[in-house]
Amino acid sequence: MKHRTFFWFFLPTGLAMILFIAAPLVSIITQSLFAPHEAVFVTVENCGPFGCKEETTIDQSATAALREAEPMGRFVGLSVYLDRGHLAVAEVAEAWRTSESIGEFFGTIYNLPFYRALAFTLTYTFVCTPLLIILGFFIAISVNSLHRHLKGLVIFFSLLPMIVTPLVGSLILFWMIDSRGVLGNLLSYLADDPDLSLKASSPLMWTSIIIYGIWNSAPFAFVVFYAGLQTQPKDTLEAAQIDGATRWQQIRFVTIPHLMPLVTFVALIQLMDNFRVFEPIVGFSAQAHATSLSWIIFNDLGGETQQLSAAATTSVLTVIGVAILLSPVLVRTWRDFKGRS
Amino acid sequence: MFMKKLALAGGMALLSSTAVAACEINARVNIVGNEFPAIQTVGAGAAECSGGDVSSNLTADHQKINLAGMQGDPAEYTSAIIANSSIVALINEDVIRPLDDLVAQYGDTLQKNQLITIDGKVMAVAFMANAQHLVYRKDVLEQVGAEPPKSYEEMLEVAKMIRDQGIMENPVGGAYAAGWNLAQEFNNMFMGYGGEHFKAGTAEPNINTEAGVKALEMMKALSEYMNPDFLTHDSNATNAEYRAGNVALMNMWGSRAATLTEADGVPQEVVDGFAIAGPMTVGGGETPASTLWWDGWTVAKNISDEEAASTFIALTHAIRPAILEDEEISTQAVWLIDGYDPTPAAEGVFAAAQANTIPYPMLPFMGLMHTALGAELTDFMQGKESAEQALKDVEAAYIAAAKEKGFL
Amino acid sequence: MSSAANRKPLPLKIALWSFVAIWLMMAAFPFLWTLWGSFKVELDFFSIADWTNALTGDNTERTHGTPFTGAGYEGAWVKEGFLRNIINTGIVCIFVVCTSLTIGTLGGYALSRSGFKYVFWLLIAALIFRAIPPITLVSGYLPVFFQYNAWGYLPTAIIVLVAINQPFTLWMLHSFFESIPKELDESAKVDGCTQFQAFRRVIIPVMWPGVITTGLFSFLLAYNDFAVTSMILNEDNRTMVPQIAAFLGTTQTEGNVMFAVAAVVSATAPLFVLVLFFQRQIVSGLTAGAVKG
Repeated sequence: MKHRTFFWFFLPTGLAMILFIAAPLVSIITQSLFAPHEAVFVTVENCGPFGCKEETTIDQSATAALREAEPMGRFVGLSVYLDRGHLAVAEVAEAWRTSESIGEFFGTIYNLPFYRALAFTLTYTFVCTPLLIILGFFIAISVNSLHRHLKGLVIFFSLLPMIVTPLVGSLILFWMIDSRGVLGNLLSYLADDPDLSLKASSPLMWTSIIIYGIWNSAPFAFVVFYAGLQTQPKDTLEAAQIDGATRWQQIRFVTIPHLMPLVTFVALIQLMDNFRVFEPIVGFSAQAHATSLSWIIFNDLGGETQQLSAAATTSVLTVIGVAILLSPVLVRTWRDFKGRS
Repeated sequence: MFMKKLALAGGMALLSSTAVAACEINARVNIVGNEFPAIQTVGAGAAECSGGDVSSNLTADHQKINLAGMQGDPAEYTSAIIANSSIVALINEDVIRPLDDLVAQYGDTLQKNQLITIDGKVMAVAFMANAQHLVYRKDVLEQVGAEPPKSYEEMLEVAKMIRDQGIMENPVGGAYAAGWNLAQEFNNMFMGYGGEHFKAGTAEPNINTEAGVKALEMMKALSEYMNPDFLTHDSNATNAEYRAGNVALMNMWGSRAATLTEADGVPQEVVDGFAIAGPMTVGGGETPASTLWWDGWTVAKNISDEEAASTFIALTHAIRPAILEDEEISTQAVWLIDGYDPTPAAEGVFAAAQANTIPYPMLPFMGLMHTALGAELTDFMQGKESAEQALKDVEAAYIAAAKEKGFL
Repeated sequence: MSSAANRKPLPLKIALWSFVAIWLMMAAFPFLWTLWGSFKVELDFFSIADWTNALTGDNTERTHGTPFTGAGYEGAWVKEGFLRNIINTGIVCIFVVCTSLTIGTLGGYALSRSGFKYVFWLLIAALIFRAIPPITLVSGYLPVFFQYNAWGYLPTAIIVLVAINQPFTLWMLHSFFESIPKELDESAKVDGCTQFQAFRRVIIPVMWPGVITTGLFSFLLAYNDFAVTSMILNEDNRTMVPQIAAFLGTTQTEGNVMFAVAAVVSATAPLFVLVLFFQRQIVSGLTAGAVKG
C-alpha cells in the first residue's frame, strides 16, 4: 500500500487517538514531573454553625503570585516517582539495610502501598489470563459442536457475565458470596465450617476476585475463538480425519495452530486489562485485602483532596508496567512483521 | 445553646412568615452537588426562579468534577454544594468568591449561624447539619437490663451482655469499611481521646501519639463484637445489618436516622425498637467521639457579577424558611434554616451539637490525612501489625502526599 | 456435513453437554438470581437474616402481601424515569458502534495491507495508548471540556468512547484482516481497481464476521462504560450505568438498592431481545461470511 493511501485510510482513527489519547498522555507525563506550589499558610478565625475556631488556611494572595510566576507548578523531576507512595526508593533501601532476613525485607516492602498493589496486580494478571484463555477455548470448542438451533441461546447466556455491567455484576456476586448469601452458605456447608467468611480473609478474598475475573473475561476469549473457529479451513480438518487423526490430535495439530494468532491477541488484550484490574476491587470492597495500581489512581483522584501528580505518576508507571509485560509479545510481533515484509 | 438559638429563630420566623416569595434572576445559574433528598430539594427550589436559565447536576461524583467545573473562565458551574470537608479543596484552589456584599444585599432570610466565615469573609452558606451518633435497639437493651451507653466503654459492656445472653452474635455495627469510612471512625475516636491531627499551626502530622494508639485499640475492641466482615461494611451495609435485626448498637449518621426503618420489609420489632441518642464519649473524656458536619453552598469566583447575584438569589430562595412548611421537606435533614422545628429524628445531631462535639476540621491538608488513614489502618484492624506501626505508616503516607501537594 | 467421521461417540457427547451445562449455569446463575430477586424487597434480596428468604420472600410477603412485588421496577421506571437513561444509552451505543467500526475498519485494513515499518510502531503506539487507565484520561479531559463548554453532552461522551476504544478496535480488525488472503484485493487491483475500490468491492463483502465480533465488543464497551460516562455526562444526559450507580447511594445517604437491581434487569432485557431477534444474523454473521472467504 502506498504511503499516501495509507495516510488517508488511517487518518480518522489516527486523529481520534492523537487528540484523545496521545495529547492527554503528554499532559499526564508532564503532570507527573510537576507538583503544586509550596502553600503559604496563615492562621485565621473560621466561623460556622458550630462556633468559631482558629484554623490554618492557604494565603491566597501569596499563593496567587507564585502561581502567576510558574503556571505549571514547581518542577520536581522524578521525586514523585521515588516517594513513598510510588517506588519508595528511600524506604526500600532502608529496609534492605535494616532487615535481618529476606522474609523481613519482603514484609517491609509489602507494607508499602505501591508494592502491595503490584503484588496483587501481578498475581491477578498471571493467574487470570491463562485460565480464562483455556476456559474460553473449551467453551468455544463445545459450543461449536452444538446443534445450530441451540447456538444462539447458548451464545447469549455465555455472554451474560460480560453484559451485566461489572459495577453491578461484582456487587451482586459480592452479596452472593457473603457468609449469609447463597454461595457463601453453600461454601460453608461444603467446607463444613459455619464461620467461614470469604470477606474476612485475604487469601480467600484474592481467590474470589480472581474467580470473578475469570468468570467475567472468559466470554471475551470464547467469542473471539468461536469466530476464529468459523474460519477454520474445512479441507485441512478433513485431510486430518482421513489420515486417521484422533479428535484430540485434530484439535492439537489443526485447530490450535489455526487459532494461535487469536490466542496471542486475546492474551495481549487480557494481560493489559487484567493489569489494570479495578472494578472488582471496588465492587467487592476489597481494598483492605487487595489493591491494584488502578485502584491507587482512583484513590488519589477520589479523596477529599485530589492528588493529580500522584495519580499521573501511577498512571505512567502502569503504562511502563504494561509495556514490560507485553514485551515478549511485542518482540514476537516485530519478528512476524519483519518476516513478512 | 445551639437549640436555644434555633428555637428563638423559629419564633421569629412565625412572625415573619410570608407567602411564596417571587424569585427573579437575570443570568444563568448552574449548580453541582451531591445527590440526596435534601440537596435535591435545594436544586428544585433554585429552579423555581424565572428570568434566567437554572440547571443543576447532582451526582455522587460531584467532588471529582466541581473543581474542574469551577476553574474555567467563565466557570461552568456558578455554585457548588459542599460540606465542611469538601469546601477545603475549593478554597485551596481559590475558585469560590466571598459573599459579604451579596449577603448584605439579598441575604435577609439567612441567619448569622448559617454563614461560614473564613478570616472574616463569608465563603459559604450552610443549610443543614449532620453528625454521627448512637442508634440502638431499645427492646434489646431493655431485655438485658441496660441503659443506652453514654461512652464506648459502656457500649462494650452492653455488647458483651447481649452476646453472652445469646440474643445477637455480633451486636455492634460500625461503618468500618476500609477507606473513607474507617478513617472517619478513627477521626471520631481520636478526637474523643482529645487528639489533634496536626502539630498546632503546621501541616506536620501528630497522630502517632497516645491518643492515636488508644483510639485504634478501642476500635479493635469494638470490632470483636462486629460481623467479621466489618472491613467491607460501609454505612449502607451497616444500616442493612441493623434493619435485618442483627445489630443492636451502632454509631450512625444523623442524616440516615429519619429513614432508617422506613424501607420495605423491615421486621416490626426493629421498627418498634428503633431509638437514637447523642454521640458517645470515650476514655472518660468530655468531648464526644464524633464530629459535626454542615452542608452548604458556595458561589464561583470566575463568573460575572450578574451570574453571582442570580446564583445567590436563587439559592437563598431555595432555602427560604417557607420550604419547611412542607412536612416531607422538614424531615429530610436537620435544617439550619430559620424556623426549623427539630423532628425526633434530629435529636441525635442536636445532642451532638450541645455536647460541644468538635466540627470536622476545615484544614487544607485534612483531606490528605483522611485518605492516608483510610488506606493504612486496615493492617492493624486485621491484626497484621501493631497500632504504632499502623500510625507510623499513616504519617509516612501523609507526609509523602503533603510534600507533593506543597504543604510540607 | 454429517460424515461418519464427524459423528461423536456417546461418552464424548455427554462430557460435552455437561460441560456446556455447567458453564451455562455458572454464566447465567447470578443473573437469574438477580432476576428472581428483583421482585423482592431489599431485605429479602440481600437476605442477611436467612439466605432462604431470597427464595421465599418472607419480608416481601409481610410488606406487600405477596412474595413478589414490582416496587423496584415501579420506582426505577415511574419515579426515576429510567426510560430516559435507556434512550441515552441507546443513542450512545449506536453512534459509538457505527463510528468506531467505520474508522476502525479503514485503519485496520490499512495496517494489515501495508508493510512499512511505521505500521509496527503504530500498532505498538496503539497498545501503549490502550494501557493508560481510563480514569486518568478522563481526569485529563475535564478541564479542557469545561473550558470549551463541551462537558456534559452525549456527543462528547460518544467521541471519547470511540477514541478510547480505537486501539482495541484497530488491533482486533487488524488481526481479522490479516486472516483474509491478500491475493483477493491484489487481484482486484490488478484488474484496475484503486485501493479503495478493492476494499469496497472485495474486502467489505467478506469482512463481516470480524466486524460483527468487533462491533459486539464496541457495543458492550459503550453499554457498560462507567469510568467515562459517570464523569463527563451531566445528570440529564446520564446513561444507564451511572444512573444505576446513583441508585446505590453514597456514604451519608441511603440509596435504593432495589431500584438499582430492577434497573439492572431492565437494562439486560433489551439485550436479551436483541440477541434473540438477531441471533441468526449474529451466528451466521460469525459463520457464513468466513466460509465464503
